[in-house]
Amino acid sequence: MSTRVKGITSQIVNKITPSGIRRFFDLVASTEGAISLGVGEPDFATPWHIREAAIYSLEKGQTMYTSNLGMPELRRELARHLKKSHGLDYDPETELLVTVGVSEGVDLACRAILDPDDEVIMPDPCYVSYNSCTILAGGKPVMVPTSEKNNFEIGAADIEAQINDKTKAIMLGYPANPTGAVMPRDKLEQVAEVARRHNLLIISDEIYGSLVYGTEHTCVATLPRMKDNTVLLGGFSKAYAMTGWRLGYAAASREVIAAMFKIHQYSIMCAPTMAQFAAIEALKAGEDDVTAMVEDYNRRRLVMLKGLNKIGLHCFEPKGAFYAFPSIKGTGLTSEEFAEKLLMEEKVAVVPGEAFGQCGQGYVRCCYATSLEDIEEALSRMGRFVGRHRK
Amino acid sequence: MLKEILKILEKDAKATPKQISTMTDASAEEVSKLIKKAEADHTILKYKTIVNWDKVGDEQVSAIIEVKIAPQRDVGFDAIAERIYRFPQARSVYLLSGTYDLLVMVTGKTMHEVAEFVTTKLAPIEGVNETTTHFMLKRYKEDGEILGDSGETKRQPVIL
Repeated sequence: MSTRVKGITSQIVNKITPSGIRRFFDLVASTEGAISLGVGEPDFATPWHIREAAIYSLEKGQTMYTSNLGMPELRRELARHLKKSHGLDYDPETELLVTVGVSEGVDLACRAILDPDDEVIMPDPCYVSYNSCTILAGGKPVMVPTSEKNNFEIGAADIEAQINDKTKAIMLGYPANPTGAVMPRDKLEQVAEVARRHNLLIISDEIYGSLVYGTEHTCVATLPRMKDNTVLLGGFSKAYAMTGWRLGYAAASREVIAAMFKIHQYSIMCAPTMAQFAAIEALKAGEDDVTAMVEDYNRRRLVMLKGLNKIGLHCFEPKGAFYAFPSIKGTGLTSEEFAEKLLMEEKVAVVPGEAFGQCGQGYVRCCYATSLEDIEEALSRMGRFVGRHRK
Repeated sequence: MLKEILKILEKDAKATPKQISTMTDASAEEVSKLIKKAEADHTILKYKTIVNWDKVGDEQVSAIIEVKIAPQRDVGFDAIAERIYRFPQARSVYLLSGTYDLLVMVTGKTMHEVAEFVTTKLAPIEGVNETTTHFMLKRYKEDGEILGDSGETKRQPVIL
């Protein structure tokens, strides 16, 4: 008789709960003709000159592996880009790693720095992978509540209150998915000060760094004495509308990059070659595309923000990314109930805030990277819905 | 602010002042005022629609005509250009550098109609030395808009 007591799957993996709102996603997928504000990607196709560069690379037969770190030319362009946009000096030979999106970057960073039971402090709500990647790496996520009252900015004192001798890192993702929050420079400086005082690394996911409106994005690594204590993660998906290419990068100290590289070379080998060719073109000649897309997003952002407030879903002003995060507390529904009923009754899909952490309860994420017509139609349907469900 | 309004209108001439005010920080009244002013001073020339006539099945013939002309004292090319662009058949008229002087775009209902215009109106103008007429075979892109059906790309309905 079998005496197997353990399950087939790893206990660590078992610790990760599949998203509680999986059922809701399936519901959206099976609803015909719904307007979706639930996406997390641009509605633009990748600019043609970038696609064309990748096509050309394929025509030339550039289909082999690249250097594990990523193509030297791409790393040089990344170094140039980081110097130009943030004044940062990273050595393309030892301090940059080309990854399969920021998603891989988050995973690598966690696995490279965490020992069992090390704690990682992160804002609640935050992007879904921070929590899971920490657990998968054997660590323990510590969620620090943020609130609409503070524009969903994480507070230095709140972080400090959670620090103990197990704390290893702070994970930040600003401009933020799902809230659209941007950390103002002074607030970020306070967080950096806490990190320095307690000798903590900051893992900073800045994938939305170039999507800010009427404000400046501060790169964590530019703060005094923070470059060597920051794992800076960036990518091409959002700024250049390249989500499907799966390409990102990590910039950090030689020591951290070397550790991340060890994992990367065994689990990934290298990022997709054609995507790297596309990325070189994006960095060399994509600045105008980004500017044009930001202008366009900003118009839609204002339509979404004003529209939500008008129909009675109070929304703080999101200054980055392409999300609005309105409060639905006035309806008395939970965010999952709200999302489900809205889908059934008015065929509009939004993402329940609790998918991103407990503090997302009472909010829904509305992505405005969709056509103006759809935003306006969705707002009018939501207006009807809110009118019916006001408490 | 005017620049922002013009950018929005250039993309969508149907955007109303109210819609534009939602997209910007200006009030609807302010937007209306700026648009009226831009219309008055001809910053905004006209609101047009880009039509794919092939879909309507309405036959239409377009031609691009290269025109070589002899410039005249004091007015250069302008006087002859004016004689040409006054014809409603000439949809666009440009002065170019290079091997010919004017580029004239003509649209008519039939090839015959276009040929008639070139041979009886355009070519005989005094000072017009030579014309070369290119009939347009296919329009791929008009004013920044691709005319063919360019297959919709599909996004996943929910992505975190």
